Amino acid sequence: MNDFQRSPDLPPPASTVGVVSWLRTNLFSSPANTILTLVGFYLVYSLLVPALDWAIFSASWVGENKDACDHKGACWVFIGQRLDFFIYGFYPKAEYWRINVIFVLLALLIIPQMMENAPHKVLLAWFFLIGFPIIAGTLLLGDVFGLPAVTTDKWGGLSLTLVIAFVGIVAALPIGILLALGRRSDMPVIRLLCVAFIELWRGVPLISVLFMASVMLPLFMPEGTNFDKLLRALIGITMFQSAYMAEVIRGGLQAIPRGQYEAAAALGLGYWKSMGLIILPQALKIVIPGIVNTFIALFKDTTLVLIIGLFDVLATVQAAIVDPDWPEVSTEGFIFTAFVFWVFCFTMSRYSIALERKLETGHKR
Amino acid sequence: MSDLAEKADAAITKPPPWNDPFIRSIFFQIVAIGLLGYFFYSAFENTLSNMSKSGISTGFAFLGREAGFGILMSLIEYDETHTYGRTFFVGLLNTAIVAFCGIILATILGFIIGIARLSNNWLISKLAGVYIEIVRNVPLLLQIIFWAVAVLQALPGPRNSMQLGESFFLNNRGLFLPEPIYGDGFGIVVIAFFIAVAGTIFLKRWAKQRQEQSGDQFPVFYASIGMLIGLPGLVFLILGMPLSWEYAKLGRFSLTGGTNIIPEFMALLLALTMYTAAFIAEIVRSGIQAVTHGQTEAARALGLRNGPTLRLVVIPQAMRVIIPPLTSQYLNLTKNSSLATAIGYPDLVSVFAGTTLNQTGQALEIIAMTMAVYLTFSLTISAIMNWYNKRVALVER
Repeated sequence: MNDFQRSPDLPPPASTVGVVSWLRTNLFSSPANTILTLVGFYLVYSLLVPALDWAIFSASWVGENKDACDHKGACWVFIGQRLDFFIYGFYPKAEYWRINVIFVLLALLIIPQMMENAPHKVLLAWFFLIGFPIIAGTLLLGDVFGLPAVTTDKWGGLSLTLVIAFVGIVAALPIGILLALGRRSDMPVIRLLCVAFIELWRGVPLISVLFMASVMLPLFMPEGTNFDKLLRALIGITMFQSAYMAEVIRGGLQAIPRGQYEAAAALGLGYWKSMGLIILPQALKIVIPGIVNTFIALFKDTTLVLIIGLFDVLATVQAAIVDPDWPEVSTEGFIFTAFVFWVFCFTMSRYSIALERKLETGHKR
Repeated sequence: MSDLAEKADAAITKPPPWNDPFIRSIFFQIVAIGLLGYFFYSAFENTLSNMSKSGISTGFAFLGREAGFGILMSLIEYDETHTYGRTFFVGLLNTAIVAFCGIILATILGFIIGIARLSNNWLISKLAGVYIEIVRNVPLLLQIIFWAVAVLQALPGPRNSMQLGESFFLNNRGLFLPEPIYGDGFGIVVIAFFIAVAGTIFLKRWAKQRQEQSGDQFPVFYASIGMLIGLPGLVFLILGMPLSWEYAKLGRFSLTGGTNIIPEFMALLLALTMYTAAFIAEIVRSGIQAVTHGQTEAARALGLRNGPTLRLVVIPQAMRVIIPPLTSQYLNLTKNSSLATAIGYPDLVSVFAGTTLNQTGQALEIIAMTMAVYLTFSLTISAIMNWYNKRVALVER
C-alpha cells in the first residue's frame, strides 16, 4: 500500500517574483517604457545629486555670522541666526514667551482633534473656535493684567501668518454658513443678495480685495474712524474667504436628501431649528474635507499681505535676504519659507484625505 | 356641519400676521433692502465727504490727463505723454497676454504630468507625484518671487549671456529672440493659412457625412495637417519667402534689436504655469480615473485598438469630469496673474491700481474699474467653458 505523497509546490518562475520581476513590470515593460525610465533616472540623477550636495553635504551648518558660510553649498547658518525674526517678527524679545504659550496651547488643542478616541472632542473644538481666539488675542495684544501692550505693527513672521490664517477661517465659517443658507433661501431678495455677494468676491483677485480693504475701507467710514492696518487686511480676507466657504457649505447642503428637510418640517421645527439641529450638523460633517482644503488655500494666500505692507513670514525672509550682513542667501531664504509652508499644507492635505476616507463609509449607499 | 368644519380649519390654518410665513418673508426682505440701502448710502456719503476733505476730485476726468510715467512693457504704443486712460489699456493687455500664455502652457504641461501620474512606469508616475505635491503646497507668490529674484536675477549679465546659436540670448535682462520682419506679400500667406483652416473644417464635415453614408473612413487628421502646413508653405515658397529675421546684437551695455521678453514676464509666466499645471494634473488624473474600467473593456470587446479606445471612449468621458474644475483653474490663473505686482511686472493691478492710483488718488474709480475687468474676465471665461461643457455633457433622455 503506497501512501499518496503530494509533491511540494514548485517555486514560481524566477522572472515573476522578486526584484527582477518588479523591475520588469514597473520599469522595463516595453521599449518605450525602458527609454522613459532611463530618461527619468538621468533626470533624477542630474537634479538630485547637485541639489543634495548643495543642501546637505557642502552646506554650512554651524556658525555665528556670514563668515561661517563658504558659499560652496547652502548657508543654513543664516536661517539659524535669523530664525527668531522669521517666527516672531518685530515682537519684543522679552515677550516671546507669550507667542510660545499660544503655540503650545494651539498644539494641545489640535492634537486631540487628530486622535481617534480623544475625550471631549466636541467641547474642545468649540473652545478652539471661540475661547482660544480670545485668549490668544489678549496675550498677543497685551495691555491688560500687567502685560505690556504690543501694537500690531510689531507683529510679524510666522506668528502673524498663523494669526491671519486662523482669524480668516474662524471668522469666515459663520459668515459662510449664513451666505450658503441665504443662497438656498426661498426669499428672492435674500437669495439675490447672497448670490451677488458670493460671485462678486469670487470673481476678483484677493490682491485687489486687499488693496480695496487698505485703501477704500477708511474712505467708507465716518471721518475720524481709524482702522488698524492688520484689522483692515483681516476684514478683506474674511469677506473673500467667506464667499469661498459659502460655496463649499452649499455643496454640503445640496448633498442632504430632501427627506431630511421634510422630516424636520414634519416634526414641526421652524427654519432655524431645522437647520441648526437637522441639516447643518449633517451638511458640515460632509464638507469638513472641503473646509480643510479651503483652509490650505487661505494659508497659502496669507503671503499676499506682504504686498500691502504687513510682515508675514515671506516678508521677513525678503527683508532678511537684502540685509548686507548676509550676502547671497536668497535661495536659502526662499527654500526655508517654501519648506515651512510645504510642511503645513502637506500635513493638512493628508489630514483632509484621511478624513475623507473616514467619513466616506457612513455615506455610501 | 361642513360649514363649521371649514370655519374650524380656517381658524387653525390662519396664523396671526406676525407668524404668517409669507408676511414674515416680505418683512425680512424689506429689512434686508433697507439695511443694504442704508449701508451704501452712508458709505457713499462718507466717501464723498472724506474725498472732498482731502481734496481728491471725483469722476472719470482723470482718464484724459497725461500720465507722465513710463511702463516697462507695453503691447501698444505708449510713453510718458500718453493719458491715464491709456495706462489702463496697457495694463489690461499685459494681464491678458500673461493669462493667455499661462492658460495654454499650463494646460499642456498639466495634461502631460497628469497622464505621467497614471503611467504604469513606476518611476515616471512617482516623479509626477513628487512634482505635484511639492508645487501645490508652496504659495504661488513665493514661487513667483523665487523665480524672479533667486533664478532670473542671478543669471549672467548681457556680456556673458547664455546663448543658443546666434539667435537666442538669455541673461538678467530677459530673453532675446529674433524679431520677424514681414516682407511684401506676407499677408497672402496668412490668408492661405485661413483658407486651409476653412478647408479643414469643410473636409471634416465631408468625411463625417461620407462615413455615415458608406462606412468608409477618410484620414482626416493627416490630410488636415498636410493642408494646414502645405498650403501656406507653398504660397510662402512661391512668393519668394517674404520673411526675414532681425537678430539681437551685443551693443555697449546691452543687447539691441530683436524681441526682448522681460524677466518679470518670464518669472510670472513660469510660476503661474508650473503652479496651475500641478492642479490641472490632479484634475486630469481624477478625470481619467473616473472613467470605469468597464468602458475600456467594452471598447476592447468591440475590437477597438489602443488609440481609438483612448480617443473615442476614454477621453470624451473623462472630459466631462475634467471641464468644470478646469474652468475654475483657468479663472484662478487669470486672477493670480495680479500677483505680478510683487515683482514689478506691469499688469493691470500693478500699473493702474498701483502707479495710476498713487498719482491721482482716485481710489474709488480705479479699484472699481480694476474689479470690473476681473469680473468680466471671470464671467467671459466661465461663459465659454459652460458653452463647451454643454456640448460635451451627457445627453440624457
